[in-house]
Amino acid sequence: MAEAHPVGFQWVMEAKRRGAKVFHVDPRFTRTSALADSYLPIRAGTDIALLGGVIRYILNNELDFREYVVAYTNAATIVTDEFVDTEDMHGLFSGFNDDNATYDQASWRYEGHSQTQTTRDSETQRETAAGLENESHGAPVGGQTERDETLQDPRCVYQILKRHFSRYTPEMVERVCGIPQEKFLGLAQAWTENSGRDRTGMLVYSVGWTQHSVGVQYIRTGAIIQLLLGNMGRPGGGVMALRGHASIQGSTDIPTLFNLLPGYLPMPHHANHPTLDKWVDSIAHPGQKGFWGNARTYGVNLLKAYWGDAATADNDYCYGYLPRMTGDHGTYQQVLDMIDGKIKGYFLLGQNPAVGSAHGRAQRLGMANLDWLVVRDLFEIESATFWKNAPEIETGEIMTGECRTEVFFLPAASHVEKEGTFTQTQRLLQWREKAVEPPGDARSELWFFYHLGRIVRERLASSTRPRDRALLDLNWNYPTHGPYAEPSAEAVLYEINGYDVATGRPLSSFTEMKDDGSTAGGCWIYTGVYADGVNQAARRKPGAEQSLVAPEWGWAWPANRRILYNRASADPDGNPWSERKRYVWWDAEKSEWTGYDVPDFEKTKPPSYRPAKDASGVAGIAGDDPFILQGDGKGWLYAPTGVLDGPMPTHYEPVESPVRNPLYRQQANPTRKVYTHPINTLNPSPPEPHSQVFPYVFTVSRLTEHHTAGGMSRTVRTLAELQPEMFVEVSPELAVERGLTHLGWAHLVTARAAIEAKVLVTDRLTPLRVDGRIIHQVWLPYHFGFEGLVTGDSANDLFGISLDPNVLIQESKVGTCDVRPGRRPRGLQLQELVVDYRRRSGDLNPHYPPQVTTDSADGGPDQEV
Amino acid sequence: MPHANALYGPLDPAPDAGYENAPPRMGFFTDTSVCIGCKACEVACKEWNGVPESGLDLLGMSYDNTGALTANSWRHVAFVEQPRRAGLATPAFEQNPDGPAISPATAALGALTSVDTGTNPGLPTGSPGAAARMSAGPQPEFLGMPGAQPPGRGTGVEERTDFRWLMMSDVCKHCTHAACLDVCPTGSLFRTEFGSVVVQEDICNGCGYCISACPYGVIDQRKDDGRAWKCTLCYDRLGAGMTPACAQACPTESIQYGPLEELRERAATRVATLRGRGVPEARLYGDDPNDGVGGDGAFFLLLDEPEVYGLPPDPVVTTRDLPAMWKRAGLAALAMTAATVFAFVGGRR
Amino acid sequence: MTDRPPNEPAGARFREFQDRVDQAVGQRQHGRGRGHDGEQLTVPVADFTSYYGRPVLKPPVWKHDIAGYLFTGGLAAGGALIGAGAQLTGRPGLRQVGRWTALGGVTASAYLLVHDLGRPARFHHMLRVAKLTSPMSVGTWILTAFGPAAGVAAIAELAPRLPEHGLLGFVRRLAPTVGDVAGLASAVTAPALATYTGVLLSDTAVPAWHEAYPFMPFVFGGSALAAAAGVGLIAAPTAQTAPLRRLAVVASTIKYLGGRRMERMGLVGEPYRQGRSGRLVRAGDVLLGVGTVAALFSRRSRVLSALSGAALVASSVATRFGVFEAGMASARDPKYTVVPQRERRDRREGRSPAEKGT
Repeated sequence: MAEAHPVGFQWVMEAKRRGAKVFHVDPRFTRTSALADSYLPIRAGTDIALLGGVIRYILNNELDFREYVVAYTNAATIVTDEFVDTEDMHGLFSGFNDDNATYDQASWRYEGHSQTQTTRDSETQRETAAGLENESHGAPVGGQTERDETLQDPRCVYQILKRHFSRYTPEMVERVCGIPQEKFLGLAQAWTENSGRDRTGMLVYSVGWTQHSVGVQYIRTGAIIQLLLGNMGRPGGGVMALRGHASIQGSTDIPTLFNLLPGYLPMPHHANHPTLDKWVDSIAHPGQKGFWGNARTYGVNLLKAYWGDAATADNDYCYGYLPRMTGDHGTYQQVLDMIDGKIKGYFLLGQNPAVGSAHGRAQRLGMANLDWLVVRDLFEIESATFWKNAPEIETGEIMTGECRTEVFFLPAASHVEKEGTFTQTQRLLQWREKAVEPPGDARSELWFFYHLGRIVRERLASSTRPRDRALLDLNWNYPTHGPYAEPSAEAVLYEINGYDVATGRPLSSFTEMKDDGSTAGGCWIYTGVYADGVNQAARRKPGAEQSLVAPEWGWAWPANRRILYNRASADPDGNPWSERKRYVWWDAEKSEWTGYDVPDFEKTKPPSYRPAKDASGVAGIAGDDPFILQGDGKGWLYAPTGVLDGPMPTHYEPVESPVRNPLYRQQANPTRKVYTHPINTLNPSPPEPHSQVFPYVFTVSRLTEHHTAGGMSRTVRTLAELQPEMFVEVSPELAVERGLTHLGWAHLVTARAAIEAKVLVTDRLTPLRVDGRIIHQVWLPYHFGFEGLVTGDSANDLFGISLDPNVLIQESKVGTCDVRPGRRPRGLQLQELVVDYRRRSGDLNPHYPPQVTTDSADGGPDQEV
Repeated sequence: MPHANALYGPLDPAPDAGYENAPPRMGFFTDTSVCIGCKACEVACKEWNGVPESGLDLLGMSYDNTGALTANSWRHVAFVEQPRRAGLATPAFEQNPDGPAISPATAALGALTSVDTGTNPGLPTGSPGAAARMSAGPQPEFLGMPGAQPPGRGTGVEERTDFRWLMMSDVCKHCTHAACLDVCPTGSLFRTEFGSVVVQEDICNGCGYCISACPYGVIDQRKDDGRAWKCTLCYDRLGAGMTPACAQACPTESIQYGPLEELRERAATRVATLRGRGVPEARLYGDDPNDGVGGDGAFFLLLDEPEVYGLPPDPVVTTRDLPAMWKRAGLAALAMTAATVFAFVGGRR
Repeated sequence: MTDRPPNEPAGARFREFQDRVDQAVGQRQHGRGRGHDGEQLTVPVADFTSYYGRPVLKPPVWKHDIAGYLFTGGLAAGGALIGAGAQLTGRPGLRQVGRWTALGGVTASAYLLVHDLGRPARFHHMLRVAKLTSPMSVGTWILTAFGPAAGVAAIAELAPRLPEHGLLGFVRRLAPTVGDVAGLASAVTAPALATYTGVLLSDTAVPAWHEAYPFMPFVFGGSALAAAAGVGLIAAPTAQTAPLRRLAVVASTIKYLGGRRMERMGLVGEPYRQGRSGRLVRAGDVLLGVGTVAALFSRRSRVLSALSGAALVASSVATRFGVFEAGMASARDPKYTVVPQRERRDRREGRSPAEKGT
């Protein structure tokens, strides 16, 4: 955290000043470890084993916050007897379908629920990264469940969880992660001791945690711990993602994703959502509890915001204009399609895939096969110059003379040169004023897209073709100002907030939204950010002048709520769990919810309220159901549906690992997204032969001195000089084994590429004893590329493409490689080197580790050659 | 009427320099025990003061690619990797299958690198032996360690278990008795009303005297313009009631700015706290008004010997001895005259 | 104890890199490259530390101009004194040589000083202030006083070449008097000019210079007189050089005694004994001895006088460059900064050396 988020780390230091103990788990000893009380070196890609160990520690010692767990989680819920756990199936859950390597989730469902809760089969869900839709609401399940609040029933979630994690013993944690047992127990003890009635603990992770073939399950494991310890919906609790950029949260709320619309409304699928009704029903799930019952309202308001007067009840509010998904349109699928010539044009905004995305060579070859490419960035980045400077020029794979891509490089305004909002991990919107005019031709994204749209619409003005209606009917009039006709960002915020169509009055809450077209709103969860015509995100009242919740600093969605599900900060009867942790509670006299924060609950619904048997939507939420966006109003220790790789997290090895999974026969995530394409070949892993050709684990992350792909730091003198060269960190033991010297050169080889780097031999890396073997890990920064003041080979070139099935995020934090002393060969010799490695690791055909390995013998030292 | 301690001893420099009702003396307290080595101070300083580039070479001195305070780096973050215990922290690599520490050997290599900082003398190379001891400490048992075993087979003795990573943001000390200022023949270096020491770039003629005079090796000369440059404690910002750029940028309050008296009290408490928490090696450096330079305007909390961070263990302002020097010069002058007289007058034949 | 970094890792390659390191130490610290126990010879006990072994101080940025100036300044001062002595004892030939030496020396000095500045065009900024705490400022004013006087005195020697009558004739008659006054004026400031340079170097953080402050003015003063005497022995008519021989003896004695004390300063005296600087200093002493002895026996031999004079001049040059280099060396090697300061501190705090580097 000190490395990638130094500014946020100040609060960790503040806590330490007040006596907090800091634990740091990381493959390498970083600037964070230097300030931590306990450092736990871990093998990259084994976090679920570690956290699973913590879950077992909690359950076996009954350290869970029992009252909270029984009342607020689905621990007591009974699961159908069709469910079979990984324990009995070598690491697979029941319902696995070998043909398309997906789960039929039916057998995971709650007792007494009907077969299909979803309108889409698992494969389509994987293709469309459906998991993302659950970012703001649980997957669909019915409201009524069977419960055993004694938690004794062998089929209740609590018992299932206990059985599932029973093998995640401290010994196993040591065997899988390489973390000594005492250290692990120290961590588990501190975590549990700091949770309960009087204390809460917060889990803060950085997004590197997500970039695994089991990324979603990493977070799930953390969430389960936080639920068991009663750390959700309470002050000082929660699961926080430290985003990699200023407004990543914002870019999923109002998404830059292919499968989502603003407010986590799913992008319609051509087959499953032919009509508006089918679309909204697929979100609302009639019969389900929770606020998603109003999905139609949110959908209609969005359409109304898009197409204004043209959107009427008769034409389903122009639902027909919405683009449709036909399958996977994720960034990696697109890259492969570019290589295959299926995509002709591409926009890159503030992104540098030539350096920043996995399998850099595929990225560059893809872009080199486009007709046109628009790059908007602060500096001329690698993705704008690959056609003349890419490493592939040297190998002859890209020839400047013949590269057909026409690149349009447009200078962009930086965040201080334009106004707008940042949305951070707490869902807090903070308004930025423009500090200076952008230099030269640099312009804001807002300016670019507004005028692009304006010009396109002018060109098509006379068109009579139906396909152009969607564009021409757009509600595309924003006030502009200044010499360059900069659109007003506040006007956009106003549209996002939503307004009464007749009067133009800004809405103050999404509860004011109507599904009859009388209101319009661009993003229902943001409604209220412009309440009373005031830019609430621009509020800057100092913390000293207001309560500890500081509700008047910026604005948080939804409804300026700083802690989600904060109903859970009170006990089932509505009283605070403890004075120390008092936050939101039920005021019996006034008979309403009150507290420091905006209650995340219907203000006047008493704790005693119980829904009628057939109640659904908001009415279906009982007075003690804090998780109001979950189908059953409970926090999920067990996901009966919606998580494509299993109802509970399970440790699978990374797709590329030198180690046979010590926990199960199943080696890697069986449902991971695999791209079979000639350019995407993977290193063999156990139980396959030849995995020893790539004996070392490599992981990449950030240096404080640089930012992601380096487009904003390698180009800036004062930053570039602080970390001026690409390097690789190796342990002294590996240095001896491979003959590497401090400040000498080394090159790393995978089945995709070979890159070179200066060597830093350092005690900060250590070999680990894993499953009786010594495992070496090396670390690389992924900031370097071939443009800028300081240049170097790109670490991301080493990775292949394997994705998590739920959200299609790539596994770009761990892989296997070989390390050799000296510089890498150049030109054709470089390709020969990689080819030679591929030959030695099997054959030259593209290689993909088997999805299912439950037939091969168990893990253990005997497996490895 | 010059102060009795004008050249040496405790003194409040601003009034001594003739400021009437000067503001309280301002300074830095740099607490290295909370430094996370983010280098925000280096960047903020360069941005605010328009300090030029200081070289683009990898130095292999852990994460330090700046190397030293120079005319082109007014803040410098030092990084020291040591196979040694850090306070009460659990040993970082306990029970990991590792061999002996490499830090001393890599430090030795780090001593031999350099980079063109665009300044004179810039960043001279160093002594590998001293570098190795910086990391390992002088304890003999660290010396002449036999070759490592294959990983995992090493005996307990040879395995590294303890490890700590020291980080420290160095800066001009703004001494109470500033040799650079005393010896400046043009009056380019002057004492501000805040007690800090600043170079007036429109006066400096690059005589270089201040560079040899500084007991901390702070001030340095730019090759291209020949003048001497160093930290100004952001004199321009202070004048506007602002905090110096580095302290403003420091996320962990490792760099604290304020009235020196207040900072000294804060520092004393901090040391006590740390020692109470089992960090006996915590010590203050440059806080004592009775030390060789009359106390530093920028002082530090260190976790190891000063020289490990590149600081002199017991600096003394050279002008302390100036009166004695002039006396000796006078005597020598008399001796010359006497010699001449004797030569011409004495023993005529 | 060897200088081989502790915890040397296994593996032939690390041994190789270790050897490269050690050789580097050898070459850096002893031109003759004594292999990897180089430091052992220079530091028997002090296992000093510094940040990546780098200098704690910034070595002076002064170029050899300054070493040269130390010589020319001293020469000028010596010349002025000799000129005055000769003037008062009626040795016109010697007087002339002395005055010309003074002017030549001070002119060269002015050039060297300005040339060494980072911003030569701003040399006049030196005249903005007069600071007793800045030997360089004091020196500037000394030069400002000495220079013109020495100039006038020397130019006055040209008077005989002027016409006998007219305005110039008047000047010609006036010149000797003016010259004598100026000559005496320059002689009055001369000792200061020759000795303040000792303070100039000592008033720095450079260990070998600062610690030598009690002796350096004597070394410089003596060396200055010896050099000027040398010039006299070369250029002045043998008949008039008797005082120079006496002067040479006294001057070299002063210089030699001062020098001895400097070399015996213990660790910080090391650079005066060892390495390039040490060799220069030694050369200075030898030449001084030879020159002085030769001078004593050169009453009748013009050639021997000239040779002895040359030796004395050379000795002064060697000494100045030696002292200059010694300071550089002591600033470049952190040992000379760290070890004495540690010992001083440990003595003060009553710490036993064993506690070092805890």
